[in-house]
Amino acid sequence: MLAEIRKFFADRSVLEVETPLLGHCIGTDPQLDFFTADYWLPPRRQTLFLQTSPEFAMKRLLAAGSGSIYQIGKAFRNGESGRFHNPEFTMLEWYRVGFTLPQLMDEIAELIEGLFSGKPLKETRRVSYQDVFVSFTGLDPLIFSYQDYCAFARECELSEAVGICGQDHALWLDFIFSHKVQPHLGENALCMVYGYPACQSSLAKINEDNPQIVERVELFINGIELGNGYYELTDAEEQSRRFDKELAIRHLHKQPSAVKDQRLIAALQSGLPECSGVAVGLDRLLMLLSDSASIDNVLSFSIRSA
Amino acid sequence: MAVYSTNEFKAGLKVMLDNDPCAIIENEFVKPGKGQAFNRVKIRNLKTGRVIERTFKSGESLEGADVVDVEMQYLYNDGQFRHFMVPDTFEQYQTDEKIVGDAGKWLKDQDSCTVTLWNDVPLAISPSNFVDLAITETDPGVRGDTSGGGGKPAVLETGAVVRVPLFVQIGELIRVDTRTGEYVSRVKE
Repeated sequence: MLAEIRKFFADRSVLEVETPLLGHCIGTDPQLDFFTADYWLPPRRQTLFLQTSPEFAMKRLLAAGSGSIYQIGKAFRNGESGRFHNPEFTMLEWYRVGFTLPQLMDEIAELIEGLFSGKPLKETRRVSYQDVFVSFTGLDPLIFSYQDYCAFARECELSEAVGICGQDHALWLDFIFSHKVQPHLGENALCMVYGYPACQSSLAKINEDNPQIVERVELFINGIELGNGYYELTDAEEQSRRFDKELAIRHLHKQPSAVKDQRLIAALQSGLPECSGVAVGLDRLLMLLSDSASIDNVLSFSIRSA
Repeated sequence: MAVYSTNEFKAGLKVMLDNDPCAIIENEFVKPGKGQAFNRVKIRNLKTGRVIERTFKSGESLEGADVVDVEMQYLYNDGQFRHFMVPDTFEQYQTDEKIVGDAGKWLKDQDSCTVTLWNDVPLAISPSNFVDLAITETDPGVRGDTSGGGGKPAVLETGAVVRVPLFVQIGELIRVDTRTGEYVSRVKE
C-alpha cells in the first residue's frame, strides 16, 4: 500500500516531505488531545508537543514555496483508543497548490480507487453534508432547531442526546451524524461528503456563495471515517481568530492549554498559496483493504502492548 | 462504591444506570476526527434482562453496582419463597417467584445454582447449564424405537416440560440443557 501511494505521487511530481513530530506548538482544536514531552537541555526544561497532525509544519513549507507536497508519517492523539482508534497512528497528508476542493476530490477518488483495484469498490459518491443529513434524518443541519433535534433524538431512542448536547449546535451535529448518518455512508464504495456547516469549519475556507458552509470534505467507506480535507484557509487574521476562539473553549472546559502556533500565523501572513489538502488515516485504509474488524489487527503492536 | 469512566467500561462491568443495576456488554469508542468523542455502550439491565444501547460523552462516568454472582445450594420452596444457602457459610437467602422467574422450573432441592446478589439481595437466579431431572409423566414409548425423529412431551419432577425421544420412560433420569430447554441424554443413577 505504501509503495503504491508513493508511486501515485511520484507519477504526479508531488514531493515527499518529512516534518517534525516534536514541536514547540500544537493545534488548538478542543476536540484533539495531545501528548507532551519533556525536552531537557540543561539547565533548561521545555515542554514540547507530539504533533496531532503534520498540517501546520506542512503549511509552513507551502508558504515557503515548496509547491505540492505529501507526507506519510505518525500522528499522536491522546485519549483515543478503540476499535478504530489508536493514540499513535499513521497518516497520509497531501497538499495540492492551485487545486480547488473538487479538483482535490477527483485526485482522492483516483488514489483510493487505485488502492482498491484488487477488490474494486462501487462507484464513488459525492454528496453535500446538507443533502445527506436531510436524507437520513429529515433535519436541516444548517439551521439549529432545538425542538426538532430533540424530537428526532427521542424518536430514535437517543434521548440521552438532549442532556449531552444541550444548546450546542455543533455537538448535536456530531451526535446525530455519527449515530444516524455516518454508518450508512459508502457501502463498499468511497463516499465524499462536502460542504460542512460553518460551525464545523476547523481550518477550511468559508464557501464564497454561502457563508453557512465551508469548503471541507470528509471521506467514508463502509461507514468508517477515512479522511478530512479542506480548501485551505489562507487568511492569517481569520486563522488567528479561530485559534483564539478554540483556546477560549479549551480554557472554558478546563482542558490543557495549547500553544498557538505563531510561526504558522507568520507563514500565512507571508502568504500561503491557494491550495487544497487532505489527511487520510492509513491504518483504517489498511483495515478496509484487509477486512479487519479492529485497528489492532493492522498494527504491529497496539497501545495496549506497545 | 467505585466510579467508572467510559474508558473503563468493559464487558461484564456492573454499573448503576437510571437507578438499576446493569452489566456492560459492549463499549464502542466513536469519534469524528474533528468532533466530540462518544462511547456507544450496549448494556443489560440486570433487573429486567432488557438490553439497551446508550451513548455517553467520553469521559463521563457511572457509579459501580454492588452486584456479585454467588454459587448457592437451592434448599426448598415454602410456597411463598424459595430458599437458598451458601454452602461454605450456611448463610441463607430467600426470594420470591418474580425474581426466580423461568429458572424455577429447573430447580431441584439440593441442586446448586448461581444467585446474583445486588446489595446482598437476590436479583436473579440462573440454574446450572445442565440439570439431571426425573420424568414424572410421559406417554409410554414404543419399544425398540431408538430413532431421534418425533419425540413426545415429558413432565419432569420440577414441573418443567421438555420434548424427549419416544424410548424414554417414566421414572428415568434425563439431562437437560437449561439454556435451550432441550433434552440431552439419559443419565444412569
